[in-house]
Formats: sequence, structure tokens, C-alpha cells
Amino acid sequence: MKPRLDWIGAGLFAALLAVAPLFLNAYQVDVLNSIGLYALLALGLNLILGEAGLFNMGHAAFYAMGAYTAAILNTRYQIPILWTLPLSGLVAGAFALAVARPVVHLRGDYLLIVTIGVGEIVRIALVNDVFGITGGANGIFGINRPRVFGYIIRRPEDFFYLIWGCVALTIFLFLRLKRSRFGRALNYLREDATAAEGSGINTDYYKLAVFGLGAAWAGMAGTLFAAKMTIISPESFSFWESVVLFMIVILGGAGSIPGVLLAAFLVVGLPELFREFAGARMLVFGLVMMVMMVVRPQGLWPARGHQGFSLAALARAVGP
Amino acid sequence: MSQFFPFPATLNLANLVEEFFQQLTNGLAVGGIYALIALGYTMVYGVLKLINFAHGDLFTYGAYLGLTLLTSLALTDRLGFALGVLVLALMVMGLVAVLGAILERAAYRPLRQSPRLSAVVSALGASIFLQNTLMLIYGARFQVYPENILPATTLNIFGLYLPLMRVLIVLASVLMMVALYLFIQKTKIGTAIRAAAIDQDAARLMGIDVNRVIMLVFLVGPALGGVAGLMVGLYYGQINFTMGWVYGMKAFTAAILGGIGNIPGAMVGGLLLGVIEALGAAYISIAWKDAIAFCVLILILIVRPTGLLGERVADKV
Amino acid sequence: MSAADGAIAPTESALLTLREVTKSFGGLTAVNGVSFAVGEGAVVGLIGPNGAGKTTVFNLITGNYQPNHGDIHFTGQRLNGLRTHRIIMLGIARTFQNIRLFQQLTVLENALAGCHYRMSGGILAGMLWLPTQRRVEKAAVERAVQELEFVGLGQQTLTVAKNLSYGDQRRLEIARALATQPRLLILDEPAGGMNEQETEALIGLIEQIRARGITILLIEHDMRLVMRACEKLVVLEHGGKIAEGSPEQVRSDPRVIEAYLGTEDEV
Ligand SMILES: Nc1ncnc2c1ncn2[C@@H]1O[C@H](COP(=O)(O)OP(=O)(O)O)[C@@H](O)[C@H]1O
Ligand SMILES: [Mg+2]
Repeated sequence: MKPRLDWIGAGLFAALLAVAPLFLNAYQVDVLNSIGLYALLALGLNLILGEAGLFNMGHAAFYAMGAYTAAILNTRYQIPILWTLPLSGLVAGAFALAVARPVVHLRGDYLLIVTIGVGEIVRIALVNDVFGITGGANGIFGINRPRVFGYIIRRPEDFFYLIWGCVALTIFLFLRLKRSRFGRALNYLREDATAAEGSGINTDYYKLAVFGLGAAWAGMAGTLFAAKMTIISPESFSFWESVVLFMIVILGGAGSIPGVLLAAFLVVGLPELFREFAGARMLVFGLVMMVMMVVRPQGLWPARGHQGFSLAALARAVGP
Repeated sequence: MSQFFPFPATLNLANLVEEFFQQLTNGLAVGGIYALIALGYTMVYGVLKLINFAHGDLFTYGAYLGLTLLTSLALTDRLGFALGVLVLALMVMGLVAVLGAILERAAYRPLRQSPRLSAVVSALGASIFLQNTLMLIYGARFQVYPENILPATTLNIFGLYLPLMRVLIVLASVLMMVALYLFIQKTKIGTAIRAAAIDQDAARLMGIDVNRVIMLVFLVGPALGGVAGLMVGLYYGQINFTMGWVYGMKAFTAAILGGIGNIPGAMVGGLLLGVIEALGAAYISIAWKDAIAFCVLILILIVRPTGLLGERVADKV
Repeated sequence: MSAADGAIAPTESALLTLREVTKSFGGLTAVNGVSFAVGEGAVVGLIGPNGAGKTTVFNLITGNYQPNHGDIHFTGQRLNGLRTHRIIMLGIARTFQNIRLFQQLTVLENALAGCHYRMSGGILAGMLWLPTQRRVEKAAVERAVQELEFVGLGQQTLTVAKNLSYGDQRRLEIARALATQPRLLILDEPAGGMNEQETEALIGLIEQIRARGITILLIEHDMRLVMRACEKLVVLEHGGKIAEGSPEQVRSDPRVIEAYLGTEDEV
């Protein structure tokens, strides 16, 4: 596809999405909101897993960190929920750095196991009401509705624009990041960390940085989640949330932003369409994962071979 | 002073010692189960460098198949307890071994040449698939092993009263581990497995049929995992379709603790983890029981990623 | 090691110095008490039969492995214990025996990896695509394209690396290494898998690199290349150094002749 066609397609999709709430009922809009939240989370995970190739199956832990930070600040200290956004991101990011620091140099599948372990420890800690502030298995309730310029965000349509606005902003920022020095470093890491290090790139630094960044994004998504639900509990951040996010990135195509969006729609949206088969949902996922790896390991909508038109344009501008 | 000791000090001490040994033997039984599962992880990792995520679910299949066979064939009624359980165990091992071989064929063999991530994702998919198949067949609720089949005997060992089942599990798991160890160390096939684990290409050049070795590993590992599932059913009486995840993760921790790819390491790691967990749950906090194994996992990876018995190897550049 | 046999003793003035370097893997001693020096501006060859420990020496120099004994100095600075990227930043660049390119990325992106550590810009600058970042990227692309043209890949900047021919892949690795602007370039079997014409072109390329004032240390089995390109050779066998000197001296050294007897893939 030509770059221009890409942009036309993206514009049409955005426009369609923007007017969707006018034609959908509250329930359907709520499904779109869920998709948006998962997309937001998966875009962050995509940096870690898709761009940098680091196996992270504990993303829900960072999500939980953000959601609980927001909920605690809001219910205990009456800080408006959306104001907690940067702090939630910071807490989740800092937590990720702390846990990743000692293990980030480990072989890929060890990292996978460690992140699963961290996810479980966080969930158990939340259930056990760690420090007496997480409310145990019941969680935290009574989180305030967010307020933007005096307008209280309450209805699903309101949240729709808040969440998808964040998704749009994320895509805008991540597309740029992807084709910058930082983004390329992540790809070098994924392709061959030894060669990257041997080209003068501090691979440990980038591994940590991308973990922190992806986790911070999950933390901020956690704030949105807390604001939307007004009640949060540990079961929203189970291991299976991490698996679903992992699946969205792999299914869509590691490193591909449109792929991640498409997969978020499929993985979160399709089960809502086929509710009578809800019990078989995970079974189908499992089967799809196995089959995909054989027939289409690069994902449904894989990332393009080369990154970013601007780099190509630059090369042409200075080239022979 | 006396208000601190409502009971005579001597009796209290005896209680503490008794309690300690109860926890210790319980830990050994659970550890034996972890070790049996861990052997499957470590053997597959040794040969394929793959974490077989679905291994924990094969363990669950062992528990469910055991329950179904036990209730439908009434083996213990016909053959008596000892022979009945033995026949049951062999049947479970056989069936789960076949499942393991099918898994290898369907989920891993097509990906032998693919990047590591593909095999990991496929393993995860297989795990989810197996788990949910069980859920659709048996339902999501806990299943209960019939209580009346087990003789509710306790054994008196040096003055310590231990449940029969606990003693049997420790004995049976140690017996199977020793048998496996001898099989790997002393037989020709065992040597082939060890060779393939060190260097597949070299093993192939030496005339070893690596595909057969892999198939064998996927028969033996699941057989041991399956019988571990049966043990859990008999020991705790309750099973659930998701239990393979928790047990699997802990067994994998045990494998890493001992040194992944190292068979005696998996045994030591399993027993050690079982004991650490039992004592931790008893003396630190029962609520954090499931977190203990993960903390051990993270600590060992930070301090000594090669595990207790593993050797340091430099990655080739 | 006496000066009489023409060997250059390790000195502080040399660009790179290895002193009594030993590395073992388990029971196998891959490199055993090896010492040699590479003077500024020279082209030095490291030769020896397969498994002699040559690649291991390279991996020790660039910090991929740490020596068990001995030390390595570059421009007077001790390299032991430094991480690989720090060593590259000091001015050593390398290629790999079994080509290690970023296979899925374009030729240009591969070369840009070499420019990376001299560029600025992190997460924020990247996300916001600030004007400063744009300038930095443009300058880096210019550098990378220059190096690609230098090795003869100027026409293929947007080709995905895995689609390049074998010889081109080796050249791209050299371009990526050159893009780090090194003082010392170490090449591990640069002619491996190349045909005669490509090897000929490679000899020319090595000449040109040297003309830029870059010192070269290379491992190579192709004796014609070694004899023509190198002014000094270091010969390893079973992890130990068995000879050192000019190509002529080395060629007539009885121990070298003995070491090479029976190995037919050389010469
Ligand atoms: N990471 C490693 N682990 C174990 N043995 C290694 C490792 N790297 C190299 N070796 C061994 O060291 C010896 C020297 O290897 P190498 O330096 O690659 O030789 P050369 O490059 O001269 O052909 C070989 O026997 C090789 O098997
Ligand atoms: Mg070599």
C-alpha cells in the first residue's frame, strides 16, 4: 500500500469511529470502550514485545499499579482522578524499572517467566491488602467520575471520546517514536542484541527504558480504567489479562500499530458478538495461537519491512 | 515469666517439633509432586530449549483422567487399594504420555525451525486450548475424588503420625525419580537423550535419531507429570481445570532452582521448593503461600541464574 | 618473545595491546597466554587453523567475553571489565564471522546503527519529533549513506538486509562498523563465502579503509588476501601464539608450516 492510501484509510477509520457513538446503543459503546482500553495497553506492550522483542507476560501488573495508584490518590486524598494520570504512569514505570533492573539481561524465556511471576506477586499482594491500602479482594470503590473543564464524564459516550482520544494521541506519539533514534534502537535489540551492543548501543539501557515506557503507558491506562469503573479489584488484573494483551500484539503483528488495533477489535470485540459461545472463547484463542504460528507467524497485519516513510524520504533526499 | 507460657514449656516444645515435622513431610510430598512435573519441563528444555507451557496442563489431564478411570472402572473395588491404585497410575501415565506425544506433533514439531517466540506462543496456545477443553468437558467447578477409596490410615514413624497417602507420595515420587535417573545415566537411550541435550547437531552426526529422542522426552515427561496429577487428586481430593498453571509455574521454578536442563537438579529443586513453601506457609503467612515460589524464582534468577546444580556457560557469539 | 625474531613486543605506544590473555570455557582453554600488539595505522592479520581461538580473541577484545587472566589495553586504557558498547565507543568496531546484521531492517537502518552512539535524542525528542531531532536524524542518514557508498552499497539503501547477496551482507557489516567512526576496525573472516572477484574488491576496500587512517586487525583464511593486505601476522594454534612477524617470516616458520600441514582448507 502506498503511504498516501494508508493515510486515507486511517482517516476514514478515524472518522467512522468518531461518529460511531451516534449510531450505537450504550452497551455497544461500552464494548468499544473496552476495545480502546485494551488497544491502549497493547500499544504499550507492543513497544516492549513487538518493537524490542522482550517477552513480557506480566503487563497486567503495571496496569494494576496505575489503577491502584489512581484509586488510592482519589479516594484517600481527593485528588481529581485525571490529575493522577502522570503519577500513575510514573509509579507503574518506576515499579517496572525496579523489577526489570536485575533480570533484564536474562535470556528471553526467562524474562517471560519472571514477568509472569511478578504479575502473580502483585495480584497476591493486592488480594492480601498490602500496606492496608488496597482493600484486599474487594478492592477499592467510590472512585470519583473524571471532570474535564467542569464537565463530568459519566456516560459511555463521554468515556468513548476520552479513551479513544488517548488512543489517537498514543498512536500519534508512537508512530514518531518508532522512526526515531530511540525506536530504531529497540528494533536493533529485537533483531540481534549482540550486534546492537557491538555497534555501540547500550542494550541494557534500552531494555530498561522500553520496559519503563511501556509500563508507564499501562499505568496511565489503569487510571482511565479506574475512572471508568469507579471500582477496581484484583480480579481485573489477573494473569489472563496479560495473556490476552500478549495475544493481541502477536496476533496483530509484532511491531505493527494497525495490527495491534485490528487484533484488539478481534480479540475483545468478537467474543461480544458471539456471546452464546462465550465458554469456548479461550479455547478458540488457544487454537488460533497454535495455528497462527504455523500458517502466519508474522501476524494478521505485519509491520512493513522498512520503518517509516520519512527515513526513506531523507535517504532519497541525500542519496545519489 | 509464667504468663508467657500458658502450657508447660516441655509440652510446648514437643508440639512445635511435631508441627515442624508435619510441615516438613508435607513439604516433601508436595515437593515430590513438583519434582515429577519439573522433570518434564527440564527434559524438554534440555533438548528443545523450549518452555513447554502446556506441560502443566498435561498434569491436570492426569488428575482428571485419574478421576474418571477411578470412578468408572472402580479399580480399587475390584483389585483392592494397592493394586488398584498401581494399575490406575500406569493407565494414567500411558494415556498422558500419548497426549504428550500428540502435543509435540501438533504444536511443536511444525515450529522446529521457527524463531523462539513462535514456539513459545504455540506452547501457550496449546496450554490454553488443553485447559479449556477440560473446562468444556467437566465444567468449571472443582471436581472431587471419592473419599471412601482411600484408607484413612496414619502411619507411626518414629512417633510421628503421618497420613498414609503422604508417605506413599514421597516414596513413589522418589522411586520414580531414581528410576528415571538410572534410565538416563545407564541406558543407551538415556545417553542419546543426554547427547541431544548437549548438542543436537553433533548428536545427529553421531547417528542419533534426534526426532525419536524428542518424541521419547515427550512421552516420559508427560507420563511423570500425569501421575503427579493423579497424586494431587488422591492427596488433596479436589481438582480444578486451571490447577496446571499454578503447579506448572511452581514446577518450572523448581526446575530453574535446580538448574534447567539438569535432571537431578529438577529433583532437588522440586523437593526444596516444596519444603520452602510448606514451611513458609506455616511460619510466615498462609496468604502469601503462592507468592513464595515466585519470590524464590526471581531471587534465584538474580543470584544464580544457572540454578543450584547447573553449570555456567558463556553464550557463543 | 625476543625482538630478534622480528616480533613487536607489547608496548604502551601501540594502539591495541594484549598481554598474557587467557580464556577458558569449562575445561577447554580457547586462548592461552596470548600477547601481541597492533600499531597505529597497521593492517595486522590473525591467522591459524579452525578452532585455534582467533574469534575468541576478538570476543575478548570487544568485551563479549571476559579474560580469565591477562589484560587488554586500547590507547592506553584498560578494556577488561568494560561492557561491549563502551569499548565500541572508545573507538573499536567489529564485524562477525557468522554475519550478524539486523536481517529484517533496511540497509540504511543497519548502517544507522553504527551512527547511533554519536547521535542524541531519547524518548521525548523521538515522540515529539522535535526540529533538533529531525536535524540529528538527517545528519546521521547522511553519514550512513556516505559509508554505504564507500563500501559500494549506495544504490541499495532501502533493500531489506536479508535480501542482499552474501558478499553485500559482509560489506554492509563493514559499513555499519565504519559508521561508528572507529580508530581500530577488527574483521572476522571478511572474505568468508566470497568469490574471487569479491575478494579482490575486498582487498581494495581494505586498502581504502587504511588510507583513511583506520587501523585494521583481521582474521582470514584466504592466504592470498592475508599475504597482500597485511604487513604483520600473528599465528595461533590451540589457543597459543606460535609465531608473529611479517608475512614472509611467518610463511617460512617451521612451526607454522607444521601447524598448517594436513589442513587443506587454507592456501
Ligand atoms: N562460548 C563458548 N563456549 C564454549 N566453547 C567455546 C565458546 N566459544 C568458543 N569456544 C571454543 O573455543 C575454541 C576456539 O574457538 P574460536 O575462537 O571460535 O576458533 P577460531 O575462530 O580460531 O576458529 C573452539 O574449540 C570453540 O569450540
Ligand atoms: Mg572463528
